[in-house]
Amino acid sequence: MSELANIEELKQLAPPAELRRAPVVEGNQGLGWLTDKLTAFAEAKVPGWWWVAFLPAAFAAAVIFPVCLFYQVFTGVGVWGNNHPDMWGWDIVNFIWWVGVAHAGTLISSMLFLTRQHWRTTIGRMAEAMTVFAVAMAGLYPAIHVGRAWFDWFMFPIPNSNGLWPQFKSPLMWDVFAVNTYLMVSSLFWFMGMIPDFAVFRDRSTTRVRRLIFSFLAMGWTGSAWQWHHYEKAYVVLCGLCTLLVFTVSSIVGLDFCTAQIAGWHATIFPLYFVIGAVFCGFGMMLVLLTSLRKLCGLENIITRSHIDKVAKLTLVSGLMIDYIYLMEIFIAWYSGDPYERWVFGHRFFGQSYMTFGWVLLGINVGVTQLLWFKKIRSNLLLLFVIGLLINVGMWTERFVIVVGSLYQDFLPSNWGKYYPTIWDVGLYVGTLGAFFMLYLLFVKFLPVIAISEVKGATPQGDPHHPLGGAEKGGH
Amino acid sequence: MSDKIYGLMAEFDSPGALLRAAEQVRAQGYHRWDAFTPFPVHGLDKVMGYKNSLVGWVALALGAGAFLSVVFLLWYANDFDYPLMVGGKPMFSPPMTFVPAYILMILGAAVGALFGMFGFNQLPRLHHPLLAAKRFEMVTRDKFIIVIGANDEKFRDAETRRLLESVGGRNVEIVEDPE
Repeated sequence: MSELANIEELKQLAPPAELRRAPVVEGNQGLGWLTDKLTAFAEAKVPGWWWVAFLPAAFAAAVIFPVCLFYQVFTGVGVWGNNHPDMWGWDIVNFIWWVGVAHAGTLISSMLFLTRQHWRTTIGRMAEAMTVFAVAMAGLYPAIHVGRAWFDWFMFPIPNSNGLWPQFKSPLMWDVFAVNTYLMVSSLFWFMGMIPDFAVFRDRSTTRVRRLIFSFLAMGWTGSAWQWHHYEKAYVVLCGLCTLLVFTVSSIVGLDFCTAQIAGWHATIFPLYFVIGAVFCGFGMMLVLLTSLRKLCGLENIITRSHIDKVAKLTLVSGLMIDYIYLMEIFIAWYSGDPYERWVFGHRFFGQSYMTFGWVLLGINVGVTQLLWFKKIRSNLLLLFVIGLLINVGMWTERFVIVVGSLYQDFLPSNWGKYYPTIWDVGLYVGTLGAFFMLYLLFVKFLPVIAISEVKGATPQGDPHHPLGGAEKGGH
Repeated sequence: MSDKIYGLMAEFDSPGALLRAAEQVRAQGYHRWDAFTPFPVHGLDKVMGYKNSLVGWVALALGAGAFLSVVFLLWYANDFDYPLMVGGKPMFSPPMTFVPAYILMILGAAVGALFGMFGFNQLPRLHHPLLAAKRFEMVTRDKFIIVIGANDEKFRDAETRRLLESVGGRNVEIVEDPE
């Protein structure tokens, strides 16, 4: 077969320009080139920008984080701003925020896999890593918010000398299982996805230490048809399970709220509300990570503008869904005729204490999101980076409005009280942010940041039925 | 150097070429051979004659096992061993178990999928004769490799080599087994 015949055949196969799908990889020069490209960053010298980002993150993670953690655990929850009636404060706000950041990662890596979106192969790994690290940060908050962290094991059904068991009818207990399961399953999924890529790193390694580490991590992967056969099955099953988790974990966090009697929380819409909010928030974080890392890691050909455009569109869709839920929430508060419900929602936007948060929420989640309708804005990476950051701020504000905005003025005016975070609240949040970015930067530098084998399979060179993949006319 | 051989290895440049070669190797009646690729090649399962992977069933078994165990645990913990009255509701009722049982079903099934995959693939393993072959390193890059095992009853050094060359295999070479 001659090269020319293949190109002629390709031209016949291709649909007209306006119907053509953007290629998964731009300027693709074959599988070998792709391998070099995708491993280049991990094998190169650590660049300067990495240290600039890593050192402050590591400082926050290694100094601020443990100091705030130890002081809180040794002294008590009182070091935070949590006090009657605001028994939930930044700790729960940040918990929901981190769980939310995780969700878009799972949605991208598993739901887009099940719907066979080939472009997801390039960003799936980054999304999964975001999930794993964000859930780890989320899980920390409830564990220390219980006050006596050394009794955390009470939450697990472990036979003990007191003869006591957890109270399994409470959504707070379900949270324990949901968050831990989420962390474990997304870590397993993340790790399994990396096994074939560890093998790539193993076979390319030039130093003995590197070879040893990646041989260990690749676990003897050879890439035989038999291995891929089972691997693919396990991958589909795990994707299906992770998809269930997208809808489960935040729903259960939502149940924590809607089973309470507080006005503003006691609504059946909450599980769905939290799932959509979580996904929206996670897409914001995804935009921040993708727009910056594609440039910094030299992955412009892999994470193409078309992929980022698609993530931006998904952000817009989830943003519109959350806007609809805001509308419904306010409508239901009015329609319920319950004076307390109406009071709470009125005070979210016109109350003295926290109305700024209410308007920031509307301004960003309803206002700024609409910018993503415009193609010009979706193709401006700097703007997308800023919008992504703003969405994270907006969603953090939303959780603050829900948690504190409902608690500070409940049914009895004599029971009212404002909430102010302390330096320890801020410190712990900065610490978790630092830990997240430290872990993420380590991942970006040392692990396969793009799913190498998946991207190869999504290119024409990897398709045995495509002329570039070695297909012959009429045959395979 | 040991004279025991593991098999004969041949390289192909594209998934299409590998697929055609694999069809012919199978048609020749070989049983103990395998194809190695940098990514799962569409249609190779069929050519290799693999039936549906049992990993899904392992996941189902562990998932269902986890679900039922949690239902049992909740009955045992909150009704039998230490009856706990909450909100005037029954000590035990199936709906109350759903959420924790469902979540741990997901965990059980995920563990089942991963360890099922490890089990069927005999991973992790510290050594494999193929991993010692220098050219085999290309399989995680851009080469597609077929290895016919020396333990196949149809394996004859010269004849098998001729077959691999005739189906378009390049750099046909012997892989040694250090055992």
